[in-house]
Amino acid sequence: MSKASNALVVSGLRKKYPKVEALKGVDLSLPQGEIWGLLGPNGSGKSTLLKCVVGLVNPDGGEISVLGQAPSRLTKAQIAFVPEVENLYRWMTIRQAIDFTATFYDDWQEDRVEELLGFMRLDPTKKVSSLSKGMRARLKLILALARKAPLILLDEPFSGIDPASRDRIVEGIVRQFKSEEQTMIISTHAVGDTEQLFDGVVFLDEGTINLKGNAEDLRTQYGRSINDLFKEVFA
Amino acid sequence: MNIDFTTSTPIYLQIIEEFKRQIVTGLLKPGDKVPSQRDLAAQIKVNANTVQRAYREMEILGLVETLRGQGTFVCQSDQIVEETKSEMLTNLVDEFVRSVRALGLSQEAIMEVLKSRFADLEDGDEVNGQ
Repeated sequence: MSKASNALVVSGLRKKYPKVEALKGVDLSLPQGEIWGLLGPNGSGKSTLLKCVVGLVNPDGGEISVLGQAPSRLTKAQIAFVPEVENLYRWMTIRQAIDFTATFYDDWQEDRVEELLGFMRLDPTKKVSSLSKGMRARLKLILALARKAPLILLDEPFSGIDPASRDRIVEGIVRQFKSEEQTMIISTHAVGDTEQLFDGVVFLDEGTINLKGNAEDLRTQYGRSINDLFKEVFA
Repeated sequence: MNIDFTTSTPIYLQIIEEFKRQIVTGLLKPGDKVPSQRDLAAQIKVNANTVQRAYREMEILGLVETLRGQGTFVCQSDQIVEETKSEMLTNLVDEFVRSVRALGLSQEAIMEVLKSRFADLEDGDEVNGQ
């Protein structure tokens, strides 16, 4: 199975904040059509890396190529980025939040919305302020999956949510992800029972990659689950 | 289909093993339709590319065949069932032989116990841990 091109290529990426060096020269290339896990503890640089790819953070050095192009307004339009922080207006209903988000994107697929709402078991008349954290996480995923974006970046989608919501999100990704035309990166600091989602994984440790590869190959090579490897590396 | 993953061995191999198990035990019969790749992926919450890899391998092994526009089916061949059965038997016996050899007992002693256990089982005794 040879994939012709990479959805994302990062080389020598560096970013320094006033008090911390978040990325210390990161090299990475992700094949199109795959789901990759960006794994590491809090503060390892995962969010910074994703934000550099989207174009929300300016790196201090290195290069990024998104679908063959340097980050720009054009590449931004091809990325569906779900940040970890709350980005929804609390006074809106779910329906209003969806309609509001839809106005920003040319690749919005309104015909997908009903199905996604049903699958994620969300009532569109409910107010965002009345939703649990898990429900808000499911809503954020709907907003990303309703777009026909070639690159989807999810920053900590499983963080602090109930197991039922996590299961819905995992199944939603498996069911809705279109490997013929999409590539996905999911960052998480808790691998747990989500590892079967990943084609490949990257371990990020204090701004440096210390392990990366195809998940099945790593299981064969080390005879261990990704979760066990993760615990070992970050013990 | 439900797979209890260990995730310390490749997931696509575990999917293939589960199909083989279902074929030899008759849960899946020659000609039966199996779930679509996307349905199975959603059901067992596994990356669709991994399921695709398992299905591709199973096609190469001759366990299943995909008919355009109709879906994927267990191959219409009793030979496949027999072959898979004998392959699984060989693997189980190899594993057994390796384990009991470590006990340092004679082959005769082992065979004795084996025979008597088979007899017990026919009387409805339960095998430990099975």
